[in-house]
Amino acid sequence: MASAVADPAVPASTPSGRRRWIRLQPYLMLLPSAAFLAVFTLWPMLKAAAGSLFYNDSAHPQPEFAGFAIYQSLWVDPEFRQVLANTGWFILGTVPLSLVLGRLFALLVNQPGVLSPVLRAAFFHPVVLPMVSAASIWLFLYTPQYGLIDQALAGFGLGQVNWLGQPGTAMWAVILTMIWKQVGFYMIFYLAGLQNLPADVYEAADLDGAGAVRKFFSLTLPLLMPTTLFVTTIAIVNAFQTVDHLYIMTQGGPNNSTATLLYYVYQQAFTFNDFGKASALSAILIVLLILCALLQNWVDRRVHYQ
Amino acid sequence: MRGAGRVALQFVGLVVAVFWCIPLFWTLLTAFKSPDDPDALTSLFAGLQPSLQNFAMAWQSASFASYYLNTIVIVVGILVVQCVFITLAGFAFARFEFRGKNILFTLFLLQLMVPASALIGPNYTTVRSLGLLDTKVAVMLPYVASAMGTFWMRQTFRQVPRELEEAAVMDGARWWQVLWHVYLPAARPALSAFALVSLSIHWNDFLWPLVVTNTPKSQPLTVGLSLLTQMGETGAQWSMIAAGTWIVILPLLVLFLIFQRQFVNSFLQSGLK
Repeated sequence: MASAVADPAVPASTPSGRRRWIRLQPYLMLLPSAAFLAVFTLWPMLKAAAGSLFYNDSAHPQPEFAGFAIYQSLWVDPEFRQVLANTGWFILGTVPLSLVLGRLFALLVNQPGVLSPVLRAAFFHPVVLPMVSAASIWLFLYTPQYGLIDQALAGFGLGQVNWLGQPGTAMWAVILTMIWKQVGFYMIFYLAGLQNLPADVYEAADLDGAGAVRKFFSLTLPLLMPTTLFVTTIAIVNAFQTVDHLYIMTQGGPNNSTATLLYYVYQQAFTFNDFGKASALSAILIVLLILCALLQNWVDRRVHYQ
Repeated sequence: MRGAGRVALQFVGLVVAVFWCIPLFWTLLTAFKSPDDPDALTSLFAGLQPSLQNFAMAWQSASFASYYLNTIVIVVGILVVQCVFITLAGFAFARFEFRGKNILFTLFLLQLMVPASALIGPNYTTVRSLGLLDTKVAVMLPYVASAMGTFWMRQTFRQVPRELEEAAVMDGARWWQVLWHVYLPAARPALSAFALVSLSIHWNDFLWPLVVTNTPKSQPLTVGLSLLTQMGETGAQWSMIAAGTWIVILPLLVLFLIFQRQFVNSFLQSGLK
C-alpha cells in the first residue's frame, strides 16, 4: 500500500526513484526507535534466555553449557524459594493496601473545598521523589533510638526496635515505605475514575433516597472496578521492578528476608558475578512480567467490551 | 453530601495529609540541626540552627556539583533524543500503512511489558562490550527509544484531521513541512506532558545508573545520595544526609509545586496509554 501522506502528492507521473523513497519513508522514520528497542529490549531478552543455559560464574571462567541445570538447581534452592515468597509477600503487602488507601485519598480530595488542592499535593508529593530519597528518609525514620518512629514509641514506653535489622519487621518496614511512596500515584487514577462517574445514575439513586454509604458500596465501588483492575496490574509490575529502597534500606537482608526477585538478579550479577544464574532469574522475571501484561490486557478487554 | 459530613471528611483528610508530610518535614528539620549538639537527634526541636552548614558539608563531601551536572545532562539528553524518536515513530504508526507494521508494533509493545530494570544484566554486558562503562551515554542508551512516548504521539497524531494535511500537501508542502506545521503544533500538549513524565522518571532512576557508573564523572544524583547514605549508618551524620536528601529532591519538589496540575495530568495520561 502506498503511504497516506504521499497519496495526493504522488501522481502516476512521479519518477520511480521518488516513489521508492516514499515507500521506504515509514521504515526510515521507525528505524531509530526500532534499532534501539532491538538492541536494548529485544536482544537482552534473548540474551537472558540464552545465558540461562550456560554456567558463567567465577568457577567457570569460560561459559560452559548447562542445559536446564541452572533452572533445576533454582527449583530446589531454598534461597530462591524464599526470594519468590518475599516477592509474593511484597506484592501482597503493598498492592491491596495501596489500592484501598489510593481510593480513600481520592474520595477525600474529590470533595469540593479550598483544602482539596492542598491535600492532593500532600498525598501526591512522594510520587515525584526518587525512591532512593524516599528510602533514605525512611531509613532515617526507622533508625533505632534516633528515628522518629522510635522517638514516638518511646512516649508509650516502647521503642528501641531495630525495625530494619530483624527478619520479622524488615519486610513490613520496606512495605510501608513503598506504600507511602506510591499511594498518591494510584489516587490520581481513582480521582479520574471518580470524576468520570455518570452523574445521572447518582441522581436516580438520590431520588430513590439512597444514603451516602449505600451509594458508595452499590454504585461507586462497582463503577470503579475497571480502574481497580487496571491499577492492580500497574501496582504488581511496580512491586516487581522497584528495588531502589532495598539497596538503601536492607541490602536484601537480614538473612535474605527482604530480597525480591529483581534485587536477587542484581545481587547474583553484580555482587557474586554469577551471570548464568542471573540470566535464569532474569528470564523468570521477564516471563512473570509478560504474564502480568497479558493478564491486564485480557482483563481490560473483558471489562470494557462485554 | 451534607455540610457536617463534608466538614468531617475534610478534617479527616487534613489529619491524614499532615501524617503523610511528616517524613519530609522531619528530614527538613534534621537538615537544619547542628551536627555537634548531642541532643539534636533525640529531641524534636533541639539543636536547630539557622545555617546551611549541613548542606555545604553534603555538597562537598560527595561531589554533588558534578552529580547535579551529570543528572541534568543525562535527563535532558534522554528527553531531546526521545522527542525526535517518538515524533518520527509515532507519525509512522499513525499515518502510514506498510508491510510489517504489526510486527514492529509488537516489538514496541514488548518494551511496555518488560521495563529496562529487568534487563540490567544483559544490557550491562552490551554497554561493557561497547566500551561505554562509566559514561553518561551508557546511562541514557536503554531509554532513548520510548514505546510509551511513541504510542502517546501516535494517539495524538491520529486525532489530527486529514483535511489539514491534505490542504498542506496541495500547497506543495513536503512531509517534514507537514509534520512541522500541521502535526507538531497539535502534539504540543502531549509532548510537554511526556516531557514531565520522562524528566521525573529519569531524574529518579537509580538501579541502572548504579550498575553502569563508578565515578563522579558519570554518576547521577540518586547514586550520589546512595553513597552519602551508606556513609552514615551510625546515625552520627544524619543531619548531613538529610541535607543531601533535600539537595536531591528540591528541584523536583519545586517543579511539582509550580506545575502541580500538569504533573498530575501527565502521570495520569502516562498510565492510561
